[in-house]
Amino acid sequence: MVSAMEIYQLTPKLNCKKCGLPTCMAFAVALLAREKQIEDCTPLLEPKYEAKLKKLREVMAPVAGATETGLIIHDERCYGCGNCVVACPVNVANDPKGSAIGLGPKSDKVILIVEDGVVKCLNPKECRRFGPNRILCNLCTATCPSKAIEFV
Amino acid sequence: MAVCTGCSLLCDDIEVSIDGRSITRTKNLCRKGFGRYRSLTSDRSVPRVDGRQTSIQEAISRAAEMLRNARRPMLFGWSCSTLEAQRKGIELARRARAIIDDTSSICQGEIVDMIIRRDIPSCTLDDVRNYGDTLIFWGCDPSSSHPRHMSRFSYYPRGEKLQRGHEEDRTAFLIDIRASPTAKILAGNFVQIPPGGDSDLIDAMLAVLDGKIPKVKDKKALISMMNTLKKADMGVIFPGLGLAYSLKGRMDRLKALVDRLNETTRYNVISMVGHYNMRGFNQLLFDETGFINRVSFADGVNHGPMYSVVEASKSCDLAMIVGSDPISSLPAGIAKALARVPMITLDPHRTLTTELSRVVIPTALSGIEAGGSALRMDGVRIEFDAIVKSEYPSDEEVLSRILEEI
Repeated sequence: MVSAMEIYQLTPKLNCKKCGLPTCMAFAVALLAREKQIEDCTPLLEPKYEAKLKKLREVMAPVAGATETGLIIHDERCYGCGNCVVACPVNVANDPKGSAIGLGPKSDKVILIVEDGVVKCLNPKECRRFGPNRILCNLCTATCPSKAIEFV
Repeated sequence: MAVCTGCSLLCDDIEVSIDGRSITRTKNLCRKGFGRYRSLTSDRSVPRVDGRQTSIQEAISRAAEMLRNARRPMLFGWSCSTLEAQRKGIELARRARAIIDDTSSICQGEIVDMIIRRDIPSCTLDDVRNYGDTLIFWGCDPSSSHPRHMSRFSYYPRGEKLQRGHEEDRTAFLIDIRASPTAKILAGNFVQIPPGGDSDLIDAMLAVLDGKIPKVKDKKALISMMNTLKKADMGVIFPGLGLAYSLKGRMDRLKALVDRLNETTRYNVISMVGHYNMRGFNQLLFDETGFINRVSFADGVNHGPMYSVVEASKSCDLAMIVGSDPISSLPAGIAKALARVPMITLDPHRTLTTELSRVVIPTALSGIEAGGSALRMDGVRIEFDAIVKSEYPSDEEVLSRILEEI
């Protein structure tokens, strides 16, 4: 997964404040958190930064598919083992007779389910990472054997 | 709810949406199980006799004729068939005075044999979920081989006595020769050993249990691990193919460790059986003959390594393969020997074995197109129904018709 430092390396590093943020590093962090768009950096659209812009669009492509909580699922890596489904504390609390005891989810309020052999995110708003007072829970990523789940 | 026959976990909480003969949507199936469901419409085998496409009935008649004329036939496979089909298979072996063997012969037969004979204690996977607080995955990689093992039964779910699941109540260790995907999630409790180092590790573990200093590189880590193992209320060892191959012929080492651990607390063993009903065949044959595999009915009931698929491939004059692909999975030398023997193959899909077979009889995919029952890796019987109508007969039907004609 791309880091804020990698994004910073692809910015013009002018600290021009045209994006509304004090530094290019702050812009890189905001870009990763999806609070800013690449187009907000107007100098980057100039011809002399064309190569950097192209590279930045490439590295930001996987981030585009992230949910509101920053969750990215790499379908091609997922085994469909359901470790994340069973380990997720919200799934356990919302579905005590299903995913909490290892069975397939029986409640509509679960965040993660396995469909067609691949994990899918259903209710990102239920996630502990949602909203301004988020908790940086990482049980779904820590229990993934193939690193198919990541957070931006 | 459907049952997945993708591996020996036989997950029975599968939801499937079907449109005619095609599967449109599935829930709770792992990638491996989904692959099996998806294979319903891909690469199916066709009835063939001597390379010529024919009807299923003609193929069955030809198979019966070949079996009737064979002097030393061998029946192999069985691990991907229902208990009902396996029962017919054993009956057919008796009638044809054949050698019968299954994939456990080259898999985890020795461990399953000890479990079935009750030489080592075993329990069910539901017991593991409810009470198993200390787990050892040994020479296996459940994340790849049984994707839902850890999430459904062993490590992650909350159990009756283990409400906090893996977060506080359970400890799992992995002993393996390589950093497998499972090692990534059990990184802190991963013991890496050199290939063939299982016996030495068992010696070191026994030494720690006897209060001696173990002869290993990281003494502190092993002593810490053994202290955790000793404190278990209920421990479970899951031996995989790695341990089975490493301790081949020396399974008394595993038994010694389990016995020694059982002196202080309770430890059980559940073999990480691969195919969905290998355990079922082993149990059936054991109930009938007292042996789990490698049986010859040529002159009463005889058992021995000479009746294993490895040896019998070289001496039999006809091989009947049921739901297996030995030409792909056996070592090249033995596969070559088997390929020289006339083969009758019952398989839902086209495989290397069906390609080289004299007679091919396509069958229904059990668990999807054919119902029946099977034994899960822990010996619990799971029943399932067909969820899709099939144009192909089940293994059981084909074997019954061969039995009638023979």
